[in-house]
Amino acid sequence: MTETMGVRAATGAGRGTAFSRRDLLSLIGTVAGSAAMYQAMSSLGFASDSGFKGRIELGGDVRGASVLILGAGLAGMTAALELRKAGYKVQVLEFDRRPGGRNWTLRGGDTFTELGGFTQTCEFEQGLYFNPGPWRIPYHHRALLDYCKRLDVALEPFVELNHNALLHSSNAFGGRPQRVREIQADFQGQIAELLAKAAGQSKLDEAVSTEDKEMLLQALRSWGALDENYAYKANLISARFRGYAKGPGGGLDAAPLPCEPLKLHDILKSRLWRALQTFAVHELQTTMFQPVGGMDMIGKAFAREVGDLIRYDAKVTRIAQDEGGVTVTYMDAKTPAFEQTAKADWCVCTVPLSILSQIPIAVGDRMKAAIDAVPYMSAVKVGLQFKRRFWEEDEAIYGGISYTDLPIRQIAYPNMDFNRGGKGVLLGAYIFEGANAYEFAAMPPAERVARAVALGTSLHPQYPAEFENGVAVAWHRVPFTLGCAGYWTDEARAAHYDDLCQIDGRIVLAGEHASYIPAWQEGAILSSLDAITRLHHRVVKT
Amino acid sequence: MIIVGLLALIASAALAQDAGHSPSGSLSTGFKFTERTGEELYANVCQGCHMPEGKGAIGAGAYPPLAGDKNLEANAYPVSIVVNGQHGMPPFGEMMNDDQIAAVVNYVRTHFGNNYQDAVAAEDVKAVRR
Repeated sequence: MTETMGVRAATGAGRGTAFSRRDLLSLIGTVAGSAAMYQAMSSLGFASDSGFKGRIELGGDVRGASVLILGAGLAGMTAALELRKAGYKVQVLEFDRRPGGRNWTLRGGDTFTELGGFTQTCEFEQGLYFNPGPWRIPYHHRALLDYCKRLDVALEPFVELNHNALLHSSNAFGGRPQRVREIQADFQGQIAELLAKAAGQSKLDEAVSTEDKEMLLQALRSWGALDENYAYKANLISARFRGYAKGPGGGLDAAPLPCEPLKLHDILKSRLWRALQTFAVHELQTTMFQPVGGMDMIGKAFAREVGDLIRYDAKVTRIAQDEGGVTVTYMDAKTPAFEQTAKADWCVCTVPLSILSQIPIAVGDRMKAAIDAVPYMSAVKVGLQFKRRFWEEDEAIYGGISYTDLPIRQIAYPNMDFNRGGKGVLLGAYIFEGANAYEFAAMPPAERVARAVALGTSLHPQYPAEFENGVAVAWHRVPFTLGCAGYWTDEARAAHYDDLCQIDGRIVLAGEHASYIPAWQEGAILSSLDAITRLHHRVVKT
Repeated sequence: MIIVGLLALIASAALAQDAGHSPSGSLSTGFKFTERTGEELYANVCQGCHMPEGKGAIGAGAYPPLAGDKNLEANAYPVSIVVNGQHGMPPFGEMMNDDQIAAVVNYVRTHFGNNYQDAVAAEDVKAVRR
């Protein structure tokens, strides 16, 4: 409150000329300190939810210093781009044969060999693709969005909430999938009815004043689609939200007909309300984005800037440092007998901890303990190509996600090329943690695909007739990560997170594992920006 | 009819490549594993990383082979690793009960060229849990 007053006072004390926003902010910063500055920035719409502070400026003389970056994922390539711009001599070592790391897209003709030697060739039709890793970008992941803008990566909407998608429980409603809009309207409507009833019977009088009660009843009627008696039932009021038995049409016999709501008891028992919570979380709130043409458009765009710095097929086997610099030993994946070394003054290491914990590294005990403290999660995704887009043609589902309690968990529909006919690729399973994620990882890829088809048939009976081919990626079997993402418990964070992020001599770590946004690309980029900013300050100061 | 067709689909897909041990038919229904025997647990869980026949795998990092693994000699060691995890390996203490962990440890210690006859009991697992 006082801070807001301070802003007003400062503004009022202006010179009578038009203040630019920058003038205003710097004045606020001077007068009221950074907390007020942040609050003012927020109210002016500048500050960003993920902690992105805007483009970094690494000014000052780096005096020819060199940096060796390990890993050409988004964290590594962010560091490469910014450090070269700041004047450093930069080189990057990457285990894989392509840039991007977990930023990855599979298309027709792509071949992928997972650990254990199982090889899949993607047989999708040209133009169709599947993102085995990250697939959506929240509107508040401002650092990633900023790089997309700078690197000219075109974005399109990613539909997270589709009211016409399905919610399915194998033990409820006879195993028949329900529409999101039906569960949402009927659940909300009947909760509103219950509350209105309680308020009407004066059971809320201790908690709600007489004046508020009037407003509350109005709000419940509007929010819950209740009738004039505060009841939620089959009528054209509820139908406006849950949908119609027969929708309003044109000409003769066009009058709409309502349908019977699902019973509250059945909704509660089905636990389908849990999906509504998923749609509501800040991380997944609309608007979300995806790059046009596949998530790897981001990795490819970074590689257009820094690809000339990347040495591919380089498997790091040792990371050493002394007062003079950092020496990294690596093997060429094609000629593994031959060890090579790369030297630099500093090292930004973005190697996932699942791998880094196995590599001899010359850091202090505290950082080593942190590197060893983070298990990697299991996640499996399956992409399925179908002869036709039956979800659109038969069911009017355009983009978005259906949720189920079956092991596949989700079916996600393509968010582009709507209403055009032809073939399409669905995300046929996205299994994250829990027993099924491990069970699917333990299957040969073809069986993951077959299981996804068999299970998905409970939601879409068209599956067996329309299925053509599929690919399946189990992240514990991916050679360049050995897992999906770092799993931090609160205890592990308290004990190790700061030690992981500190600069140790000449080495600093970065990646989603060094962030509070694990498994998100934003976490990788923010971690990298923070790491190289601190490293740069040290270089310029010494 | 549909079910028969789907089973055929699964069978043909699995035959399409060297499958190793295929996981047994039914999948778990919640966060925890429902498999009971050591053989099922290995095939449906451990095999994801340690691979069919316990042969391990090598990428940017490695999954150690469990075949002919001298580290399995002291039976408390594998119990502790399964319960608590190690480095990138997730802990399974919350996802398997004492009987399941004993079963899978006993299976690994008597297969893949390992022949340690001092079986682990559920009480030994309980003792390892914090």
